[in-house]
Amino acid sequence: MSEHHVVSWKVYLGIFLILCVLTVATVGAAGRDFGAFNTAIALAIAVTKATLVVLFFMHVKYSPRLTTLVVSAGIAFLLLLIIFTGSDYISRGWPITPAG
Amino acid sequence: MSEAHAGPLAHHFRDLDQQKEAASLGMWVFIAQEILFFGGLFATYAIYRHLYYDAFSAGSHHLSWKLGFYNTLVLIGSSFTMAMGVHSAATGRRRAITGWILATVLLGGVFLGVKYFEYSEKIAPCFGEGPHAGCLVPGARFDAGALHLDGAPAREVQIYYSLYFAMTGLHALHMIIGIPILLFIARNGWTGRYTPAWHTPVELVGLYWHFVDIIWIFLFPLLYLIGHR
Repeated sequence: MSEHHVVSWKVYLGIFLILCVLTVATVGAAGRDFGAFNTAIALAIAVTKATLVVLFFMHVKYSPRLTTLVVSAGIAFLLLLIIFTGSDYISRGWPITPAG
Repeated sequence: MSEAHAGPLAHHFRDLDQQKEAASLGMWVFIAQEILFFGGLFATYAIYRHLYYDAFSAGSHHLSWKLGFYNTLVLIGSSFTMAMGVHSAATGRRRAITGWILATVLLGGVFLGVKYFEYSEKIAPCFGEGPHAGCLVPGARFDAGALHLDGAPAREVQIYYSLYFAMTGLHALHMIIGIPILLFIARNGWTGRYTPAWHTPVELVGLYWHFVDIIWIFLFPLLYLIGHR
């Protein structure tokens, strides 16, 4: 019988509290002017929160490597979608937006 | 893994562990697909926000960040109660499974209630109803006068609101689908269907619920907090 990892409820409570703090942090960061970095900070906090949820609430930290592979594949294709579509829009001068 | 444990072992699996891993992997493949399902909207959002930043900022300012913030905490709380529901199943506490999952449903209901309020505030004026002014549904009745546009073109703001309704709507739809499944799990938990050896349905609905939470974790800053400085 393989080992069934049961995570302590204290871990869940701890993650919940960290997620609350990060939510407050994202609101706080949005209220200050970091110039072009505001978006980067908001995304960095969101990615951190999502990673905590995936690793602990969704048990990927304690799951087989195959699970990690599937999650990584999903994220990799999402990045392909956004980066390639985005680079097309940025580099081709399109669409030409009419005023108004 | 001994065969002594109670649990519906299908004949084509070697043991319950293998069956559980297969089910969990299937759920993860579904979630990977869901990432790309929402991904199309996120990619659209990224491009239009890049092109029409001022309009997106103006649109975002009209949302109540406090309601979004409150709902984020509610949804994170529901993820915590969901994790505790799975934990209760894994440790064999039958009543606790039902309790935690009903708490998850309750928090999900609060989230959707706030969402309903936010939507009706924007939709009711389109039909001349409600106390608020300013129809914010993209289309012929869209009332740009209700927004403080600071020169941002009204039709670009409509693109923001199209994405707002599409992204939060698809997210809310996922929750509406999740709640009856949670109630089903809560009932089966109560009747003692799940054991520490076999409680795969609780785990899988947990994965689904946490995924929906993650989508909101991205939607909140991207929709509610653009250019708030």
